[in-house]
Amino acid sequence: MDVEMSPPGSIRVEAVHKTFPRRDKPALAGVDLRVDSGRVCALLGANGAGKTTVVRILTTLTGKDSGTVSVNGWDVDRDPAQVRASIGVVGQYAALDEVLSARENLELFARLIGLSRTAARSRAVTLLEQAGLSEHGGQKVSGFSGGMRRRLDLVTSMITRPAVLLIDEPTTGLDPIARRTIWNAVRSLVDEGTTVLLTTQYLEEADELADDVVILREGSVVATGTPSDLKAIVGEPRMELREPTLEDVYLHLHQGGDAA
Amino acid sequence: MSATTIEHHGPATGRILREAVILTGRAMRHWRARPITFSIQLLFPVLVMLLMGGLLGGAIAGTTGDYIVFVVPGILAFTVLSGIETTITAVTGDAAKTVTDRFRTLPISRGSVLLGRVFADMLTAAVELAVVTAAGLLLGWRPEGGVADVVLAYVLLLWLRFGLLWAGVWIGLKAGTPEAATTAQLAIWPVAFLSTVFVDPRTMPAWLGVVAEWNPLSATASAARELFSGTDLTGVTFVADHAVLFAIGWPLALTAAFIPLAIRAYRRLS
Repeated sequence: MDVEMSPPGSIRVEAVHKTFPRRDKPALAGVDLRVDSGRVCALLGANGAGKTTVVRILTTLTGKDSGTVSVNGWDVDRDPAQVRASIGVVGQYAALDEVLSARENLELFARLIGLSRTAARSRAVTLLEQAGLSEHGGQKVSGFSGGMRRRLDLVTSMITRPAVLLIDEPTTGLDPIARRTIWNAVRSLVDEGTTVLLTTQYLEEADELADDVVILREGSVVATGTPSDLKAIVGEPRMELREPTLEDVYLHLHQGGDAA
Repeated sequence: MSATTIEHHGPATGRILREAVILTGRAMRHWRARPITFSIQLLFPVLVMLLMGGLLGGAIAGTTGDYIVFVVPGILAFTVLSGIETTITAVTGDAAKTVTDRFRTLPISRGSVLLGRVFADMLTAAVELAVVTAAGLLLGWRPEGGVADVVLAYVLLLWLRFGLLWAGVWIGLKAGTPEAATTAQLAIWPVAFLSTVFVDPRTMPAWLGVVAEWNPLSATASAARELFSGTDLTGVTFVADHAVLFAIGWPLALTAAFIPLAIRAYRRLS
């Protein structure tokens, strides 16, 4: 079979099947996915649709039964080490050492990938700044709020300056302000040229961030396109008047608005 | 954005060692960050020794002093067994909080994560043994064997820890949640009591004595007793007759069984 390898900074998933042991239904039933360099692709779907399985296969954490997957030009089966050197991963839970401080976490991961002690320290300072956590660098992660953890997790995933960032439900459980902070951080990374694949259950999140959207249902792709393409499926644009939602009120108040 | 130039110097073995040492440093930072937890962990075997000596020593050996002499090598063996709790907790915690997944998606050797755990746990075991030894000396215990015998006793104790820690890594990876890991940790107590660590198996019912005698912990405890006391315990029991041999063999068997299981569980962690 001819395999189209992904060009630098891109992702290719072709005809991927995956069935987990002791499960009747396949988690993935022939998934195709393509993310070009520098773009943001949102993988949408309900719980159990197969979003996390796609991400875990791309990260080399889970093997597939068949199909082809390449990241940044590297095949996940043949070149897993190069794939891991190309990606940053943000999982559903902040993968941080809670006993250590934010700075110690960043230095640990930086040292592990081969940076000298001085370079690791300097990288930690930069990333803490990027996360808006400079003042909290010496604080144990166990004392962080959910939003702070997610921000730290996001910059930790950037420790290798990866070409491709894989984000699994980045804002689940966060309040609207923290969610927008994460969105802004993702946008900054995209502006710097990072390719992003993110999974989400929030349609608004996909609308805010994604250049392309792939909708998964029960392990199969049921729609692909830009947000505008997909909206066009529903019909002509329509104007509707709506009352402000509670989220609108919450954001208004937190951004310095007056309640009265 | 350009990808980071990841500088890995030297051959693969050197790289794995470097990464494992960095991960060992992480465990040391945990000690520093949680001094009370670490102190309790270090003093727990000493507390068991004091409790056993104070409450039961007189009944078992006539006097508490005589019992301390008997029990210190056993407590040293118990110390290497109870250390497995630290291994299980650390491994399960990292897996449950997806820190292990973070390591597995980094461009580092997958072997270094397990090796780092081994280094950290062996270092911890050495410190724990030193603390128990110091406490034993304070309570009047004195090793009477030659230097070579005493060194060999400590080597055998650490060798048992090496075999047990792989079992701990495997249990920690398979446990999935800290709650399940706690259940697994409860099994440590029956293993400790069904051994010759605290009492002479000849005082037990015959069938129980056989179970205790063939416990891997008993072999190391008996070997340590023999080497520390400089006394040949031939004729006491079959395992005691060949204590050093069994103290080498049991950990070897544990290592041979659990290294492949632990590596397989690590690779298949989901």
